[in-house]
Amino acid sequence: MTSDIADLLPCPEPVRFLAPDGTRVELSEQAAARGYAFPEPEELLAVWRAMVLGRRFDAQSTALTKQGRLAVYPSSRGQDACQVAPILALEEQDWVFPTYRDSMALVTRGIDPVGVLTLLRGDWHCGYDPQATRTAPQCTPLATQAVHAAGSAHALDRRGADAVALCLIGDGATSEGDFHEGLNFAAVFNTPTVYLVQNNKYAISVPLAKQTKAPTLAYKGIGYGVRSEQVDGNDPAAVLAVMQAACRHAREGKGPVLVEAHTYRMEAHTNADDATRYRTPDEVDEWTGQDPIVRLQTWLVAEGHLDEEQIEQVRAEAEEQAADLRDRMNLEPVVEPLSLFEHVYAEPTPQLLEQRAMVQTELAGQAASADSPGQDAMEESTR
Amino acid sequence: MSQTTFAQALNRAMRDAMTQDPDVIVMGEDVGALGGVFRITDGLTRDFGEDRCIDTPLAEAGIAGFAVGMAMQGFRPVIEMQFDAFGYPAFEQVVSHIAKLRNRTQGKLAMPIVIRMPYAGGIGGVEHHCDSSEGYYIHTPGLHVVTPSTPADAYSLLRESIFSDDPVVFMEPKPLYWSKADLDLPVGTEPIGRAAVRREGADVTLITYGPQVPTALKAAEVAAAEEDWDVEVIDLRTLVPFDDATVQTSVRKTGRAVVLAEAQGFGGMGAEIAARVQERCFHSLAAPVLRVSGLDMPYPPPKLEHTYLPGVDRVLDTIARLQWDDEPDLTHAGAGGTAVTV
Ligand SMILES: Cc1ncc(C[n+]2csc(CCOP(=O)(O)OP(=O)(O)O)c2C)c(N)n1
Repeated sequence: MTSDIADLLPCPEPVRFLAPDGTRVELSEQAAARGYAFPEPEELLAVWRAMVLGRRFDAQSTALTKQGRLAVYPSSRGQDACQVAPILALEEQDWVFPTYRDSMALVTRGIDPVGVLTLLRGDWHCGYDPQATRTAPQCTPLATQAVHAAGSAHALDRRGADAVALCLIGDGATSEGDFHEGLNFAAVFNTPTVYLVQNNKYAISVPLAKQTKAPTLAYKGIGYGVRSEQVDGNDPAAVLAVMQAACRHAREGKGPVLVEAHTYRMEAHTNADDATRYRTPDEVDEWTGQDPIVRLQTWLVAEGHLDEEQIEQVRAEAEEQAADLRDRMNLEPVVEPLSLFEHVYAEPTPQLLEQRAMVQTELAGQAASADSPGQDAMEESTR
Repeated sequence: MSQTTFAQALNRAMRDAMTQDPDVIVMGEDVGALGGVFRITDGLTRDFGEDRCIDTPLAEAGIAGFAVGMAMQGFRPVIEMQFDAFGYPAFEQVVSHIAKLRNRTQGKLAMPIVIRMPYAGGIGGVEHHCDSSEGYYIHTPGLHVVTPSTPADAYSLLRESIFSDDPVVFMEPKPLYWSKADLDLPVGTEPIGRAAVRREGADVTLITYGPQVPTALKAAEVAAAEEDWDVEVIDLRTLVPFDDATVQTSVRKTGRAVVLAEAQGFGGMGAEIAARVQERCFHSLAAPVLRVSGLDMPYPPPKLEHTYLPGVDRVLDTIARLQWDDEPDLTHAGAGGTAVTV
């Protein structure tokens, strides 16, 4: 399949339907030519609701980190539209390839929040069943999921699954070789893969200007023959419309799509990061005025699609979910030391069985000597 | 004397090297304004400028390959891999180019590159943040592999590494970053390739390095207090080149040896040391050389790392199996080198 370069080029300005103050703006000519349509009010209500729930989950996770319940938590507050809308643009049979920052997206996907947080809690790494949820484990090594998404999309296609693979990735990770190899494979094999770059302006401390000289990350698709687009990542209506169109394009067999969403990370990289070292409060304030939830809510209320009572209802629901998450996260997880040996291989090697026996003996020894200093640790780890 | 942390010593080593030679440059992810995620490069960009301490794009293969190019033109790049396991994307550049260019060009192209890399666990990090990847590098001819365990050595060995004309994989035990010593910098430097005897002893030689040095010293203390075993502790400091002389002298004296390393045991540094000791000191040995290591599995999640990591008890159990009478009893010597007492 050959493409005209005009088909590949992103709109010169990010696609936008809603201004920061929640009013409708005129779609640019190019965006209109691409056929982006303002979503239906019910769709936008669903996006709004998921964002409210997602943000409450995110705040709760940040709080749990402060209480030492999570080893680390990378917040996605501010990126709510990019976390929620792409997931709502997917069908049941589609796959998601997320990173450590995409917890809100996975909650929107319907995965139990405790499962989503398992990696960050420091328990076993993937707290959900990837096959059952059609969601790959959150990737820590950057950009590696870009190639997995291409391979999975190709495989799903060969199996006639009519499924799209959505790969979520950060701006910094687009510098890694795997990102480029992923795009190239996706294009060469014409796979139904959709890449969403959440350009939140920083890779830990490194600003976009030191990451790339490209005017937009969306241009990175063109060299590979991948259709590209850029969107206002804090405009939930635009993100939904663009992602729906991208998924449609991929699903129809027209090949992969790369979307760059311009957004901002409101919190530090993680709780362990000191963001004051590399960005100013003024910059953060500027983005506070671009809040995607406020933006969409303002429009929904102004147009009579949402009232105070409904807002209260969803807020109450979010509180309930947060309380439930808190309660369940406050239970010490049961971590059985011998579970270490269970999934290294399908069949443990003789060497591993020997080591298992050694640990078993150690644990028995610790349990037997009730006064030994090892006892506390043992109880701690087996509770 | 002032208290100096391991991290400060590394920072000072880079500062002093950068002051001494304008061709020394530091590069990596977040090494600039942030000073690195562990703050090891703190203030270097401020004090030496963005051309000397460079925030690179997020691409480890790129960082390593870029360093190759700069080294070809006479610079001395000191590159930072943010965490042990994030060095893997750069593996091709490190093993195929950084390690081999001197050999491939019959000595015409040197690669005076230092690859700094925080490694090891015990800090509650999530996956991919606690690997011990030294085994991959020691197996690659052309690379030096250095791993200090004290602030003085951190300073001394990093400066030596920066001015080495060969590439050095400089592995920093991250659990020791905030350990302190009474130390005024700069200290005189010592050549790469010499082990240190951290504790003298007569009964058994405990050979270790990096993050496990404190464990070894602790085990030696407990062994002396509770079992009356006098343990000599050797801190290798450099894995390649290997200091056979210090190790042999010690083992000939004590007649017994245990190797302690945090990495998975199978095919690792401990196997190499055990083989060398056995080849060179066979007639002095009263017992087989035993190993204590991490388990042969991916590094586990934080809640299980203390079961995984070789601790004082596992070291003592292993020392206990060294046949303290003259009747060698090999029935409990576990294959894979771990203490099996079933
Ligand atoms: C291969 C690799 N190198 C380095 C890291 C360490 N690291 C974790 S997150 C991060 C920044 C990522 O930035 P970006 O891609 O923009 O995503 P964001 O965190 O902003 O969502 C870095 C350098 C890593 N996880 N993987």
